[in-house]
Amino acid sequence: MLEIKNIDVCYGDVQVVWDVSFDVKKGEVVALVGANGAGKSTNLKTISGILRPKKGHIVFEGNPIHTVEPFRLNEIGIAHVPEARRLFVEMTVDENLDMGSLKGAAKKEREKSREMVFDLFPRLKERRKQLTGTLSGGEQQMAAVARGLMSKPRLLMFDEPSLGLSPILVREIFNVIKKIRKEGVTVLIVEQNVQQTLSLADRAYVLENGRITLSGTGRELLVNDHVKTAYLGV
Amino acid sequence: MKKYLPLIILAILSILPLIGLSSYAMHILILVIMWAAIGMAWNLLGGYCGQVSFGHAAYFGVGAYTSGILYYKLGISPWWGMPLSIVVVSLFSLVLGFIVLRLRGPFFALATLAMGEVMRVTTENIGWLTGGTLGILIQKRTWVSKFGYYYIILLVAAGTFFLIKKLIESKLGYYFVAIREDQDAAESLGINTTLYKTIALCLSGALTGIAGAFYTNYMGYIDPHVVFALHDISIVTIMIVMVGGVATYWGPLVGAIIMVFLAELIRTIPGLGAAHQTLFGILLIVIIIFLPNGIVGDFAKIKKIFKQEAPRNELN
Repeated sequence: MLEIKNIDVCYGDVQVVWDVSFDVKKGEVVALVGANGAGKSTNLKTISGILRPKKGHIVFEGNPIHTVEPFRLNEIGIAHVPEARRLFVEMTVDENLDMGSLKGAAKKEREKSREMVFDLFPRLKERRKQLTGTLSGGEQQMAAVARGLMSKPRLLMFDEPSLGLSPILVREIFNVIKKIRKEGVTVLIVEQNVQQTLSLADRAYVLENGRITLSGTGRELLVNDHVKTAYLGV
Repeated sequence: MKKYLPLIILAILSILPLIGLSSYAMHILILVIMWAAIGMAWNLLGGYCGQVSFGHAAYFGVGAYTSGILYYKLGISPWWGMPLSIVVVSLFSLVLGFIVLRLRGPFFALATLAMGEVMRVTTENIGWLTGGTLGILIQKRTWVSKFGYYYIILLVAAGTFFLIKKLIESKLGYYFVAIREDQDAAESLGINTTLYKTIALCLSGALTGIAGAFYTNYMGYIDPHVVFALHDISIVTIMIVMVGGVATYWGPLVGAIIMVFLAELIRTIPGLGAAHQTLFGILLIVIIIFLPNGIVGDFAKIKKIFKQEAPRNELN
């Protein structure tokens, strides 16, 4: 479904991602894990078009997307739940959800999608008229995920969904990701919370200093010696 | 009641000159309304769309010179400058936007500030077209009385108000606010941020330009230092919106009333008059600390202060 082929990404003169290649197949949950500064978020931002690769290709369902303007990706079927939520804090939950379904089919099925996300997050339904800036961290993360789902994406990308959340809420968010996948949405997730991410993911890639050093199924990586010592602390 | 407030205020402003105000009072009113219109135009770009411009003098000046050059070079009535400035300033904004809208936040602000200055220096140096530092003098003003000017600028301001209100309540308004809140998130949700920022810039510029063209007709004299002034146009525009209330419908009008009256008041104090800029600065600091959303934006806060004080007075 999504193929990343040999991309290099730079911030100005500083190269952050070196010759990275990976792919996501339809219906999978794929994870990119790694330490701070390994280039995980940079990879996601490059897929969403906020950054441009200096070299290499990004192909989504057979079409190259690294030259497409970022605002068109939403229509193509890719949604990005960005790091630190990035909600429109002076708009209500409902308005944020409307912003998630601006174009085409997503707009026509707005009310249906809204029911669907309120099923996933009953808490948001209670707070639909509240400004998102006044929600708690967990509720904001729910709203961000809900906004991403409103565009009826075929590929949903999560950037650090567990950031700043308590362990119970992290589990809740991960449970929702499982439900989303059951609906047939392909998921690409970037996380520092290696243990939980690997047990959720079908396949995972380990990024170190901007290069992919390991890859395999979630289970394989969980018992891998290098992953154990470097990320799981056992 | 709230729905009809704009019409009520418009009605009051329309009959105000009929009660027989002095020429000086009329002048002050005209200034208030002109500044309110400029403030509203700035508010569209800076308040709703979040692109804080420090160079609105550029649009004001280009509008003013459109009128001026029509008269100076072609001998046509400068009033034609008002409709023509819409076209000229829109095109000018489009070109300017191509440069400055690539930048964000403080860099955008600095680039717009520089553009205002660039326009001033350029106008000074192309004397064959603009009259250089000598400026342009409209030798025969249309009216001696101020009635005509008052109703023209009132029409411009009312038009600006209703246009912006309509825009902000439409889909476009949501896009603007989304861009202000988080440009990357807006982009990732399918909003063509470059397009909508350009729309906001062109509209804001054109509306400012009309006010500039009016200024030429009203004042009868323009020179680059007056109409492209950083301190007297660009900064005062921002202050009017900051004092009145950023991203509110009524903020620019309230801000314009306060700023124009304050400027007039301070100028009459001997020895202090020249320092009115300093006092504006102090006022801005106070507003930012105590009423960060301006007088209209923090109106609930102001009401609360007075409510708290009321029972205390009863005790005394």
